[in-house]
Amino acid sequence: MRMEAIQSKATESAVSDELALVQAAKQGDVSAFEQLVKRYDRNIFRIAQHITQNREDAEDVVQDAFLKAYENLEQFQGNSKFYTWLVRIAVNESLMKLRRRKTSKTVSMDEDVETEEGSMPREFADWSPNPEQQYGQSELGDILRKTIQGLPTSFRTVFVLRDVEGLSTEETAEMLSLSIPAVKSRLLRARLQLRERLNRYFKKNKDGDGNHQ
Amino acid sequence: MKCTEFLKELTDYLDGTMDSATRVELEEHLQWCHNCYVVCNTTKMTIEIYRNNEVYDLPDPLRTKLQTAIISKCKGKKHKPEA
Repeated sequence: MRMEAIQSKATESAVSDELALVQAAKQGDVSAFEQLVKRYDRNIFRIAQHITQNREDAEDVVQDAFLKAYENLEQFQGNSKFYTWLVRIAVNESLMKLRRRKTSKTVSMDEDVETEEGSMPREFADWSPNPEQQYGQSELGDILRKTIQGLPTSFRTVFVLRDVEGLSTEETAEMLSLSIPAVKSRLLRARLQLRERLNRYFKKNKDGDGNHQ
Repeated sequence: MKCTEFLKELTDYLDGTMDSATRVELEEHLQWCHNCYVVCNTTKMTIEIYRNNEVYDLPDPLRTKLQTAIISKCKGKKHKPEA
């Protein structure tokens, strides 16, 4: 309880500090805006790279999203967190990039690519307790990238915002102009599909310890 | 509770956003259904693995380059007036 109170105080002060930076940036203080860039550029790059799956596009999105945010700071009313406002801009920029690259394919948040069957679990082998420790950092990175790249755009985007960036279902729904049930359904399917695909890398070795089968 | 019903509730269960009555029902199901237990456990691990490992890191030299470009462009721009 005490810990929660401390954390909540820390969050409150981070939010008020952030609002002060936004206010200063609105008055033309570029160094205040620079602090916001330094605070969030890694997150924006990660989100953009996940959605576009292209390094150059992700670099462009980081620049374009921050510039757009700077130019439109007056529109930011402070009703939401600056970060969620910024992510919304970055997601839109990323989807535009993706649409430009995939002219023949539709890139839409409304896509409902697979039926319920597509996400039904087929693998029921348990994983070892710390599955990622079976791999070196760079090999693990390759596995995780390859696995998430295969997901439909809308599943991937929802998963990244909710599970990687830790945004709420409501924030994600608002950002992507989806209903809350639609976000939940995409998130469930994204999680189950990733689990299914990761199974071949992480399932317990037949001769491994603790295998009860 | 059937396995398909369990699956529908899995996201709320993992996120801890469900009422306690449904939670008790799900946990009872997990006690006897090995397959759902494994799906639940490995889905939880999937989320943790993606959360704990930086899949796309922004290397420092590129980060500095982007920051410099953004700030120098901002200096030449003015805010658009409120709509």
